[in-house]
Amino acid sequence: MTIIALLRRREAGIIVMIVIFSLFVGVLQPRFLTSETLRIVLLAVPLVMIAAMGEMMVIVARHVDLSIGSILGFSSIVAGMLWRDHPGLPVLLGVVAALATGSALGLVNGLVVTIFRLPSIIVTLGTLSLYRGLLFFYSDSRQVDPQYIPRDIIGMSQTSPIFGIPWIIIVACVIALATYFFLDHTRLGRQIYAIGSNPTAAPLRGIRAAPVTILVFVISGALAGVAGVLYASRFGYVNPGITGVGFEFTVIAPIVIGGVSINGGVGSVGGTALGVLLLGAVSVALPVLGVSGFWQNAIYGAVILFALVIDRSVRQGGLKGLLARDAA
Amino acid sequence: MSASTQSIGGQSAADRAILLSARGITKQFAGVEVLRDVDLDLYAGEIHALLGENGAGKSTFAKIVAGVHRPSRGVLLLNNARIEVLSPLAAQKLGITLIHQEPISFPDLSISENLALGRDDGKPLGRVRWAELKREANSLMAQLGIMIDVTRPMRGLSIADQQMVEIARALASESKLIIMDEPTAPLTPKEVETLFGISRQLRNEGRSIVFISHRLEEVRALCDRVTIFRDGNKIATEETKNLTDAEIIRLMIGREVKGYIPKHKTTVGEVALAVEGLTLPGRFENISFEIRKGEIVGLGGLVGAGRTDVARAIFGVAPAASGTIAVNGQVVEIREPADAVAQGLAFVPEDRAVAGIFRTLPVSQNITAAVPEMIAPKGFIRHGLERTIALDSVKKMMIRLVSPRQPIGELSGGNQQKAILARWLLTDPKILILDEPTRGVDIGVKAEFYEMIGALAASGRAILLISSELPELLALSDRVLVMSEGQLTGDFARGDATEESVMHAAVPRRKVVGDAQAAA
Repeated sequence: MTIIALLRRREAGIIVMIVIFSLFVGVLQPRFLTSETLRIVLLAVPLVMIAAMGEMMVIVARHVDLSIGSILGFSSIVAGMLWRDHPGLPVLLGVVAALATGSALGLVNGLVVTIFRLPSIIVTLGTLSLYRGLLFFYSDSRQVDPQYIPRDIIGMSQTSPIFGIPWIIIVACVIALATYFFLDHTRLGRQIYAIGSNPTAAPLRGIRAAPVTILVFVISGALAGVAGVLYASRFGYVNPGITGVGFEFTVIAPIVIGGVSINGGVGSVGGTALGVLLLGAVSVALPVLGVSGFWQNAIYGAVILFALVIDRSVRQGGLKGLLARDAA
Repeated sequence: MSASTQSIGGQSAADRAILLSARGITKQFAGVEVLRDVDLDLYAGEIHALLGENGAGKSTFAKIVAGVHRPSRGVLLLNNARIEVLSPLAAQKLGITLIHQEPISFPDLSISENLALGRDDGKPLGRVRWAELKREANSLMAQLGIMIDVTRPMRGLSIADQQMVEIARALASESKLIIMDEPTAPLTPKEVETLFGISRQLRNEGRSIVFISHRLEEVRALCDRVTIFRDGNKIATEETKNLTDAEIIRLMIGREVKGYIPKHKTTVGEVALAVEGLTLPGRFENISFEIRKGEIVGLGGLVGAGRTDVARAIFGVAPAASGTIAVNGQVVEIREPADAVAQGLAFVPEDRAVAGIFRTLPVSQNITAAVPEMIAPKGFIRHGLERTIALDSVKKMMIRLVSPRQPIGELSGGNQQKAILARWLLTDPKILILDEPTRGVDIGVKAEFYEMIGALAASGRAILLISSELPELLALSDRVLVMSEGQLTGDFARGDATEESVMHAAVPRRKVVGDAQAAA
């Protein structure tokens, strides 16, 4: 691949944006450009990174999972209550329960979408609310307090098996690499792209779209379950009214910035990961700059729109972009 | 079946192994019978044409064999064993591949991936061997004589190239039966020749090919036997050499037609459209011509010569970088299609599936889409009015449908095309640009189109007709322009344009100045 082709890639654009943004913030507030900041950013992103890998697959398949925050909340509550109410059981059982809960809720999404042929945006908007409601019911609206979160789980955010890198970062990296391998190097992974690129043609090519679609929702749910465990690890508590609320926005925004097309069929793990890092940096930088909480959401949203507009104009500005438009 | 007693290639038919038999195949869509009790035998190692008008049932039959549709009644036998073709995947496993009429592809995936998808049936978590895919794709495309970067995405490929990728995929499938539904429509003569060469080679290896086409000369050149469908019935199966063109046409439409193309008389008036120095770098360069009222100007050339790009520039879909467009002597600025419509232009695009129809919307809405003021006189849509206007067009254009509420995607290609033409006629355009208006349309309907186009010109409209079918171009046009590699390379008056002269001008890197003086 030539340098030019490399620069044309979405990933290069995001790296440039991360650098420009960091330098900009660094000029205003030199304190930002330290290894401590890097550590904070890296600790802030694994949750989003893991959930984004699942959500990205869903979007590549030309669907969307809006219920991801509620699934995260439900999974973490199930794990947290298990740890609280059955302290004698192995800690790992809570992790397995969170995974199972996430997978099951994802399965429901996938089944409803494929069996009734309903648009996933509507289905998961419904389950976003449904799962959250059931979650209050299941948890009796009670928070799982910090003293019940097992030490091993809390430790995942602090202790490191190697090179001082905390467990949650390693888990996130492994999941991202596994997703990359799955999507780019297995037949099933490529079928997800095919379904998203042309859903009507997929069955004509012998691709069983329904099971693949269901699987994608299950994976998305399972990864939200993993993120639920990491939530408990990082924040040390689980609250039915707080955990995972609004998480869908946090997850979908970096995916879109990372170049995953909402129209399906396009998107890379690398782009998604970089999108997560960029927005992670933004979320860490705003408090450092002393931006008030009221403004943080607005600025966050503005950055997303800005990134999309820049990307669009870069792609249509060049001769190549013009030709692509003509040939379409 | 008369053919079963005839000999083929010096071999007695009785000796020929039958690959696939259809018995009593019947298909209903929404209670309408589109295929009725079809019996058909395909021999191993033959090329068999399916002929018939649009809606005659040949594509439906092909789709049943390939597992896209399931028959309402009837059975299929493969090598004398009954088969149930429940899905395209099942068909592939049985060794049956269908090349669809409109190439189906995954626009975001690379050519090599498009070739591989659905072909291999390995473990879902099996690794994709990218280097191998690329090597295979390169060798397949080389077999078809196409030089192309197989790692580029399908999006942006011409329809011809997409079709060649489809054909390459069928080649790679090692199928015993390959069904091609109008594969040649978008191809250049050279590509058609390559395809025919490969088809014959496959036949000689003992594979069977079903070839659906509207072009009789192609059927004659390629196919051993023909089966003719009409109105959902199989009319006849015969050896190709035993039938004359006139007989085939008679069997297809149930009546004699004299010559496909009516002579067309016209009186030309003022200049309606004049383009001057139109240029879009990389696409076309310095294009200048005029069309007068009542005149049909043909625009010929090979696929990819830039004809469609010129049409799209004039209509404002992808405007030219420089040059002027004048309508009725006034230079106008056309930056988007709405500007063109306001100037009285209409454009029937080549790729109706992408640019022409609203597939899921009712026929009535498709027909009235360009004239909102007609159906919503006070700003609110009056559905009764919409229906009346649509039904009027349906009758005038003889569009065959079940109901105007039917989604247009359910109509056959020719009828979709009629509906699009009807849509633009409602705008009462003064200048009509028709891009391959009869692509994928059968002979009977073509004749209707020709009459309509002639009548439109006779009523004082200026028409720019882009067509890759030379007989059609020559017969309909008052003047023929030829493009090659983005340049205007020929300009012939009606009498001077011949198949030879037009093709000569169309072949790249050879400029031909027509002896016509029509370029005023």
